[in-house]
Amino acid sequence: MTIIDNYLGTHSTALTVRNQRLELISRNIANATTPNYRARDIDFAKAVADLSQSSPVRLTDAAHVDGAASNLSTISSLVYRTPLNPSVDNNTVEIGVEQAAFGKAAAEYQASLQFLENRISTLRKAFRGD
Amino acid sequence: MSVNNIMNIAGSAMNAQIVRLNTTASNLANSGVLATTPGEAYRAKKPVFSTILEAQMGNQRDAVGGVRVTGIIDDAKDVKQIYDPGNPLADETGYVWGSNVNTVEEMIEMLDASRNYQNNVEVVSTVKDLMLRTLEITKA
Repeated sequence: MTIIDNYLGTHSTALTVRNQRLELISRNIANATTPNYRARDIDFAKAVADLSQSSPVRLTDAAHVDGAASNLSTISSLVYRTPLNPSVDNNTVEIGVEQAAFGKAAAEYQASLQFLENRISTLRKAFRGD
Repeated sequence: MSVNNIMNIAGSAMNAQIVRLNTTASNLANSGVLATTPGEAYRAKKPVFSTILEAQMGNQRDAVGGVRVTGIIDDAKDVKQIYDPGNPLADETGYVWGSNVNTVEEMIEMLDASRNYQNNVEVVSTVKDLMLRTLEITKA
């Protein structure tokens, strides 16, 4: 598997982080009207570095879950967004900012997906030998 | 699973905004209701939102972070006292008590709730498209 992992490169890791980022921004959008909610985002460079450096997890029990930061609560790269304008109810979600970030994150997800698709199609061509 | 997470988050927010629209509709509908005593007068209903914290979820791994409605409170503003001796609901001094609904405020609440609802629908639709594309990765 290591060969294929290496071949797919950073894109599979990137896709995981981009998915988490989409989730985080969707949280921000969902909580746009919740008092005292503070908008969060992922420090992307740090998240990818964390995921790439983590050694493969050894699963020694059926109940173990392949960690690899598969849920947001375990990653250390969460940061709080600094609001452009403070609001009375202490909510730091600015819907315009979040929508822009969500659109960008969705486009980036598609980009990573495209890279991954290209690599997979190359791999399939190699397997088929035609 | 992450897709479900995003759907749950957006779904909980849509649910909360619908509750908000419901209270707004109720407030607008009851804004003209009169009563004999201040205690019986209609008070505007306001939903209270809070974030679902990760620890509150049964399954700790699903870091949901959606919205929930923790309660619906009555607006604390004073109800209106109206002098109308001819009204059958008037008390012995000739006063009736009207609701404390502020129609302008309610219209703004309604706009904001519907915009937020639309935002969440947009999130669901974008994520759905992305996930359908991800499913097709094997066809590359």
